[in-house]
Amino acid sequence: MMMMPAVAIAEAPNPDAAATNAVTASAEAASEGAKKVDDGSLPGYTPMKPTEGIGMPMPKDIDFQEQFTENGVYAKWINNALLLPLITAISLFVLLLLLWIVVRYRRKANPNPSKTTHNTFIEVVWTLVPVLILLGIAYPSLDLLAKQFKPAPAEAVTVKVTGYQWYWGYTYPDHGDFEIISNMLKEPKDAAEGERARTDNDGPAQLAVDNRMVVPAGVPLRIQTTAADVIHAIAVPSLWFKLDAVPGRLNEKSLTITKPGVYFGQCSELCGARHGYMPIAVEALPPEKFAAWVKAQGGSMPDQVAAEGADETEQKISAVSAAANN
Amino acid sequence: MTTIAANPADLDDHAHDADHKPAFFARWFMSTNHKDIGTLYLIFAIFAGVVGGAISGLMRLELAYPDIQYLTTWASWVKGSGATLDESLHMWNVLITAHGLIMVFFLVMPAIIGGFGNWFVPLMIGAPDMAFPRMNNISYWLTVVAFIMLLGSTFVPGGTGLGAGTGWTVYAPLSTSGSIGPAVDMAIFSLHLAGAASILGAVNFITTIFNMRAPGMTLHKMPLFVWSVLVTAFLLLLALPVLAAAITMLLVDRNFGGAFFNAAAGGDPVLYQHLFWFFGHPEVYIMILPGFGIISQIVSTFSRKPVFGYLGMAYAMVAIGVVGFVVWAHHMFTTGMSVDMKMYFTAATMVIAVPTGIKIFSWIATMWGGSVTFKTPMVWALGFIFMFTVGGVTGVVLANGGLDDNLHDTYYVVAHFHYVLSLGAVFSLFAGFYYWFGKMSGRHLSEALGHLHFWIFFIGVNVLFFPMHFLGNAGMPRRVPDYPEAYAYWNEIASYGYAIMGVGVIIFFINVAYAFIGGRKAEDSYWGEGATTLEWTLTSPPPFHQFETLPVIK
Repeated sequence: MMMMPAVAIAEAPNPDAAATNAVTASAEAASEGAKKVDDGSLPGYTPMKPTEGIGMPMPKDIDFQEQFTENGVYAKWINNALLLPLITAISLFVLLLLLWIVVRYRRKANPNPSKTTHNTFIEVVWTLVPVLILLGIAYPSLDLLAKQFKPAPAEAVTVKVTGYQWYWGYTYPDHGDFEIISNMLKEPKDAAEGERARTDNDGPAQLAVDNRMVVPAGVPLRIQTTAADVIHAIAVPSLWFKLDAVPGRLNEKSLTITKPGVYFGQCSELCGARHGYMPIAVEALPPEKFAAWVKAQGGSMPDQVAAEGADETEQKISAVSAAANN
Repeated sequence: MTTIAANPADLDDHAHDADHKPAFFARWFMSTNHKDIGTLYLIFAIFAGVVGGAISGLMRLELAYPDIQYLTTWASWVKGSGATLDESLHMWNVLITAHGLIMVFFLVMPAIIGGFGNWFVPLMIGAPDMAFPRMNNISYWLTVVAFIMLLGSTFVPGGTGLGAGTGWTVYAPLSTSGSIGPAVDMAIFSLHLAGAASILGAVNFITTIFNMRAPGMTLHKMPLFVWSVLVTAFLLLLALPVLAAAITMLLVDRNFGGAFFNAAAGGDPVLYQHLFWFFGHPEVYIMILPGFGIISQIVSTFSRKPVFGYLGMAYAMVAIGVVGFVVWAHHMFTTGMSVDMKMYFTAATMVIAVPTGIKIFSWIATMWGGSVTFKTPMVWALGFIFMFTVGGVTGVVLANGGLDDNLHDTYYVVAHFHYVLSLGAVFSLFAGFYYWFGKMSGRHLSEALGHLHFWIFFIGVNVLFFPMHFLGNAGMPRRVPDYPEAYAYWNEIASYGYAIMGVGVIIFFINVAYAFIGGRKAEDSYWGEGATTLEWTLTSPPPFHQFETLPVIK
């Protein structure tokens, strides 16, 4: 079997698009000096080490990833507790009927076929029963949609996600409007001399990125998406989140990540050659650490608005902060 | 007219007229005979299916393990010199595009509508031929040219590399500003031609079925396969012009400075998706409805019972066809549509489960109380019913717009549509082929090889496609040539499944070769008393021109 070396994807953001980030990045490089290996750290911010099995797929998985949003938990429950048992039962029911026919109505067992071709009662039954089942499904599925479309509160943290061929830009319009350019990290064997390569601190191969989309945990987020060239889609399975990034449109969806952590995803709309190599990494931090990260990016927190928003979920956040400090 | 001329004994006097065949070139290249054109369609579809299936083999080979193994080599072959990494990755997109387009437009549609539709609609309604035999001919040859055009597009520039790498959906702006070069134009022209061919075919079928039924065959006495082709023809007639419009707008955007889908100039990329799926969703029923018809004929024949709930079966197909036109945006749940639209399309999509359920249960009821024999076509039909159920119920899951926030564009979707197409439409194709091969060729296929083919193919496709549900649940996106290590396990198993399925296909071809070389001669009605439709009143193969005296249906 012929094996090619693993893919080496050139990290080549469009210079214009990268400009905002380049300012902070070059300032960073100057202050840190060349002696330290670049691991994405900034003053007051060190990238969180992802937890194995959290926010990422695991080998031999057959189920959805563990969910870290309320709607994600609900959606996963709808599938696993309602739909999956139901569709399994329906499939097995059909299979059993077919097997019964094979046993009971094969020619040897039943040489003379019946002549029945109509039975109004049974026909009404197999029309009405599926209707009732669907009505039963309709309630939770419409309820889930309503919850997913609940708009973000005014104080929510806004992140504008821009899809580029083939990397992501994360802009924080309420925090100084800086843009983080996020590229997939190369494997050490593929990285050029002096170029930052993936380590286990960054996350799994093909999911790890150089600059993550950093957000606060326990705080409502307003994710807006658009694209600069073709359609992309931002998807994070462990947050039950997927939204197309369409040129000329600004799509919006709200979510609240319940626990600090790193949550990985991949572009989910065919966008050209390197569609498979533009992962998404969302790092949810306790709000105070998020504020430190914003400061490290040269941005600023919008007054006390974020703090007030945090007050409402104070207990939750202090709990998750403790979890993050472990 | 009271005599039934179909009895070959009655035809003895003028058998010469009925069976006078033109010479080779005139017969096969200028053909106006529905059976010959049907045969041409079947041969073409099998060839295209082998090409499309081989492409999926390349895809499964590349996907068997993480990292890029073969793409660079393949891209270099096509290019004729060393391909860069981006060109290699583009090659992947060319493969998935070609696989999708070939299987939809050049395998399933030509086989099930062009092949079986042409062969058996006239025979089943007691007509001598299609209403417009010459139009039938041009439908076929347009399809061939379309296929050549699509294959040719692989060798011309398409943006990052050679060939059209847009996916079969040809979404703008990847297909407009994102794919410079003639490849995508050629692919679009290919779709135009294939679409025009299908529209002409649809006109032909509608006219034939409405005007050329034998005396006494009312619409409510038509065999269900004819009903299925009639409904399908209306779907084609209404859906394909929308595709033609959408891809014509793509051409204008690409070549003449149009801005239908260019946001920077006031257009909207999402508009293309609405237009495409207004065609694309009916298209999936176009591919499966004739399969429903075939399964109905087979289930009835081998149960020795008439179809249970005939009218319910016929109008369930009509209902699927009608509702199928108002659910299209469930393919677009993540484009950022409003909550009202998402709720409507969720609810409307679920409604389709009702007529589909009617069909599944009516097939079961047809067998219930029957005296069933399990010849090869019946085994394929049983496989169809179960596998289509499995694919159908995952469709109910995907209908949920809220669940699509995770499942959209993952391998769960790939698993779903391969269960309804690769294990649905393709199973119905094999079922129909085994059912009618003797009638079409005059030779019997081997029952033993047919059963062997079924079981190996059945195991193979399930090993191939079932793990894709797991990959989708875990979050693996579609249309990627490479994946994180975590997805390796089920991908490797899926690739083994492809190999098993491939063995099944080889047995199929051995069986066909066997039939032509040493197969027993087929009797007129070789499935026995359960086969009650008009084609079984004719010889196997039928005379070149049949029903010169029309049969009368009581």
